[in-house]
Amino acid sequence: MTPAQFDTSDEAGRPTLRLSGALTAASLSAVWKPAAEFARKASAGLTIDLSNAAMIDTSGAAFILALERASSGAEITGASDNALKLLDTLRHSTPETLPQKPKIAGDASPGLIANLITRVSFLGDTVIASLALPGRLRFLRGADFFRIAERAGIQALPLVVMLGFLIGMILAFQSAIPMRQFGADLYVANLVAISLFRELGPLLCAVILAGRTGSAFAAELGTMTVNEEVAALATMGVDPETMLVLPRMAASMMVMPALVVAIDLAGLLGMGVVLMLLGFPPAAILAQVIATTGPSDFLLGMMKGVIFAGVIAVIGCRAGLTAGLGPRAVGEAATSAVVGGIVATVVLDGLFAVVFYRLGL
Amino acid sequence: MSEVAITVDHVAQRFGSTEIFHDVTFDVKTGEVFVVLGGSGCGKSTLLKQMIGLRAPSAGHISVLGHDVVRERANVRQTIGVMFQSGALFGSMNLLDNIILPLSIFTDLPAAARAEIARVKLALVGLADAAYKMPAEISGGMAKRAAIARALALDPPVLFLDEPSAGLDPITSAGLDRLILNLRDTLGSTFVVVTHELQSILAIADRCVMLDRAARGMIALGVPKELQTQSQDATVRAFFNREPL
Repeated sequence: MTPAQFDTSDEAGRPTLRLSGALTAASLSAVWKPAAEFARKASAGLTIDLSNAAMIDTSGAAFILALERASSGAEITGASDNALKLLDTLRHSTPETLPQKPKIAGDASPGLIANLITRVSFLGDTVIASLALPGRLRFLRGADFFRIAERAGIQALPLVVMLGFLIGMILAFQSAIPMRQFGADLYVANLVAISLFRELGPLLCAVILAGRTGSAFAAELGTMTVNEEVAALATMGVDPETMLVLPRMAASMMVMPALVVAIDLAGLLGMGVVLMLLGFPPAAILAQVIATTGPSDFLLGMMKGVIFAGVIAVIGCRAGLTAGLGPRAVGEAATSAVVGGIVATVVLDGLFAVVFYRLGL
Repeated sequence: MSEVAITVDHVAQRFGSTEIFHDVTFDVKTGEVFVVLGGSGCGKSTLLKQMIGLRAPSAGHISVLGHDVVRERANVRQTIGVMFQSGALFGSMNLLDNIILPLSIFTDLPAAARAEIARVKLALVGLADAAYKMPAEISGGMAKRAAIARALALDPPVLFLDEPSAGLDPITSAGLDRLILNLRDTLGSTFVVVTHELQSILAIADRCVMLDRAARGMIALGVPKELQTQSQDATVRAFFNREPL
């Protein structure tokens, strides 16, 4: 099919634009800009001659309407009946003023405040749901609880052990080099044990939980929200916080001590391997660990881990339950859960550090 | 309205040992609104997928504008527009960008021209004011109309619509029917519409083929109003007269 072409003339002071060939989306690229420019310059009194146009589809009609608008009204001649009918249809359906692209500048601040309010109110809803739990026990499904605990705990165990072992090794290697200069290599065991029990163990478990479980909660509940399953629960009179959030929170908090123990032991093992390679006997390493750390270090770390787990679970669930609409919403909810979980963990850890210092723990 | 746009020749579909339909044969003429109808599970959407080249028939051949849909898939895809049952709009783009996308890929039009054409297509389906809305923000009826606008983006000569009226209110549904007829009349486009909405079938179809789950194949081919009054087949009569079998 002949591609679209145009030529112009100025007959008796009346500018004329003659279009020929196929006026279709595929063939208009070369003529659109120059023809529109001619129409704009011609302004009123333009004649658009379509007698040589072989074919006009809706894209061609859109082109002719654009020329009409550019010239502030034009006379169309030589068009077939079908072309005139199509142009009439489009002219009547296309409004004079087209919508403007929405401006999004300035949305950030109100969005931030609204987001903060949602988070606080969600936390409040979860607390209320926890308090009201004894009267709503029938909303809980035991199978769900154990499924979540398995996914958050048992399935995360290999990763936790591997990371703990590697972190213990890395810490031992990195600290052994400077401490050897002072003949204090053996104290690497003290350093690694205390930092693992009090700080790194719960923190690393929290990061793993946020990445694996928090995002999974957000994606699962986000999909349920998008599919209106959460709305269906609400219409049945079932409180989503009780049925969906509390089991996830409880399961996460229940498995966290086990994960912390696992990462602590794996870290100690990694550290022990390094120290043995440096020539220290296992008995000496164990004696250092026992002498330096007490049950309080171990228990404080575990307590922090349990609180981190609860917060991460609530943040993940909130991200899912407040997910927007459309396919992007679930991805955004998962991202929000991971980022929110890790940030909240670090902030809480800072607060714990201050509180423990003040309490002399 | 005499040239053949689509040929469906002794087509069958089997999934393992389960036969969905066999020996389905008909032609769709250029400029015709042709409806594929039948009860749930009879294979209407499967036949549509075969016609647009998404599923190869277990037996038989289908050609669109002379191109075999299996062997000349690339040629076929340049000549068809498809509206999927769910609309299948891209959720990360607003409606305008959904329509601009095929124009950007398949034409060299300048950006302003692509946007202008996309706006006109949206206006054609009554969505000029919703150009910057995201698919998640619009109703099911609007999504279907936007999907038709996207199918029309490159003005393909053959359009396939899967259940355009399903789940829509009667007014929106009638508006879609009118739009299909309007496009057929003004552009001379050929439409293949899969539906079981009786009112819609009677309003738009020049001809139709009826598939039946029990018969595992086609049980009627013709003009809907004639089938309604003259068919000897009990299932066809029951369908067109809304009677239980």
